[in-house]
Amino acid sequence: MSGIQKQIAAVLATACVSYFAVSTAVNAGEPTAPADVKIENLAINDSLTGAPGDPAAGKKTFVNRKLGNCLACHANSDLADQPFHGEVGPSLDGAGSRWSEGQLRTIVVNAKAVFTKETVMPGFYSLDVGADVREDLIGKTILTAEQVEDIVAYLATLK
Amino acid sequence: MKKNKLTTVLMVAAGLTASASLVVTADPVDEALEIDGQAMISRTAAPDGHPLKEVISGWHYRKAETRNLEKDTFENPGMLAVEQGEEIWNTVEGTAGKSCASCHNDASESMAKVGSTYPKWNEASGKPFNVELQINQCRTENMGAEPYKFDKGGQKPLTAYIKHQSLGKPVEVDLAEGEMQKWWESGKDLYYKRTGQLNLSCASCHEKNNGKHIRADHLSQGNINGFPTYRLKQGTLISVHNRFRGCIRDTRAEFPAAFSDELMALELYVTWRGTGLSVETPGVRQ
Ligand code: HEC
Ligand code: HEC
Repeated sequence: MSGIQKQIAAVLATACVSYFAVSTAVNAGEPTAPADVKIENLAINDSLTGAPGDPAAGKKTFVNRKLGNCLACHANSDLADQPFHGEVGPSLDGAGSRWSEGQLRTIVVNAKAVFTKETVMPGFYSLDVGADVREDLIGKTILTAEQVEDIVAYLATLK
Repeated sequence: MKKNKLTTVLMVAAGLTASASLVVTADPVDEALEIDGQAMISRTAAPDGHPLKEVISGWHYRKAETRNLEKDTFENPGMLAVEQGEEIWNTVEGTAGKSCASCHNDASESMAKVGSTYPKWNEASGKPFNVELQINQCRTENMGAEPYKFDKGGQKPLTAYIKHQSLGKPVEVDLAEGEMQKWWESGKDLYYKRTGQLNLSCASCHEKNNGKHIRADHLSQGNINGFPTYRLKQGTLISVHNRFRGCIRDTRAEFPAAFSDELMALELYVTWRGTGLSVETPGVRQ
């Protein structure tokens, strides 16, 4: 239990730090390109868009089968009204307490950077993808920077 | 070091939050499959060199309604196509004035082991042949007929009819013939190759995660002993190469042509992964 409490403290600390980071980067304009994303200690501390995400929009992107389709692999009690939660990944209940915002961002951007290269979780803002990518998707990420920020903001609410 | 700490947190946390209510965990059902009272081998010890301990038919991963349809050939909607295949078997086509039956007579005898032993090495073509390719070769070389286009004409029903003659026989491919071993190796490479924007391989879903749900779908081992299978959702027979292409497409990748060297190698390797399972053609799936 104390491990979890430490994580919660860490989440709070990182949340404050990234709040400052966001407020200084707000006028950055262009979102960070996938190749320019900086991962430090498993965390991406700066918002990819320079602005905080919208958790309500993130919840929609999370469910949408053509976008996040996160329920394909994860259960999430916050979406108990949706049928068929997957079991390929762990339940995301409490994910916002277990991980800092910066870590959640890394997990969504490129799960391989946090887990192992073998993880089956796709990288949603990464060009480190599989072979023979469908032609119209070459050089494109699954989600936009804004959609990633929205999902990260939503995940942070799963306490 | 940090990574280890995080992994521990992840594991502890996942244990704490296992959410029983939202996820319907369903292991492969522990039930025996009999078709018209004939016992099928639907789970068996894996052959040497197989990454899994036990080989399990996709039948075990389906819901009771779907499973029951396969147990009784009168209920199995795929049997209509098998009957259609029997008609094709006996129908004269092409310039030589021959049907399949003209050369092979009674399919229940001449085809009894075809469904359980294909893909087979074809020396003249220098590659493994599946039933579909063999049918096309007979059509062009022995009947003076046009080859079937992929999934068109009588290809699916005739293939299903021929494989159905092996109902119950254990799958066993001969890797000693010709260059089968080499093809098996390239099939294996493909099985583990991560493809597409989603960056998943066959193994990501059917080896690592079989028995788990991916949204509403219950992941099986992806064995092909029931192919062509009847899919209730599509209301028609689904061929092996159609299934492969669908699964590859779902990773958001370009997918190889049917009967291409890639998919023939994959068919050989995936058939081998199901070694020992009874042929169930036509299987019934959701
Ligand atoms: C194809 C399967 C798959 C999809 C789709 C998927 N994930 Fe995951 N996810 C996993 C797996 C598996 C893990 C566990 C890490 C591992 O074992 O590699 C994981 C881990 C996670 C974790 C950390 C788990 C925890 O609670 O400690 C988070 C957060 C997460 N995923 C969020 C998401 C979000 C958000 C999406 C959609 C945008 C998503 N995942 C889509 C498979 C998936
Ligand atoms: C993103 C997950 C995913 C990937 C990757 C995937 N499949 Fe599948 N596959 C499924 C699902 C879901 C089904 C339907 C449920 C089942 O039978 O497992 C399925 C079904 C099948 C079936 C039908 C099994 C039966 O009993 O009727 C075969 C065969 C198959 N897959 C082979 C493959 C092969 C070969 C590959 C790689 C080229 C592959 N799959 C990649 C998800 C996947």
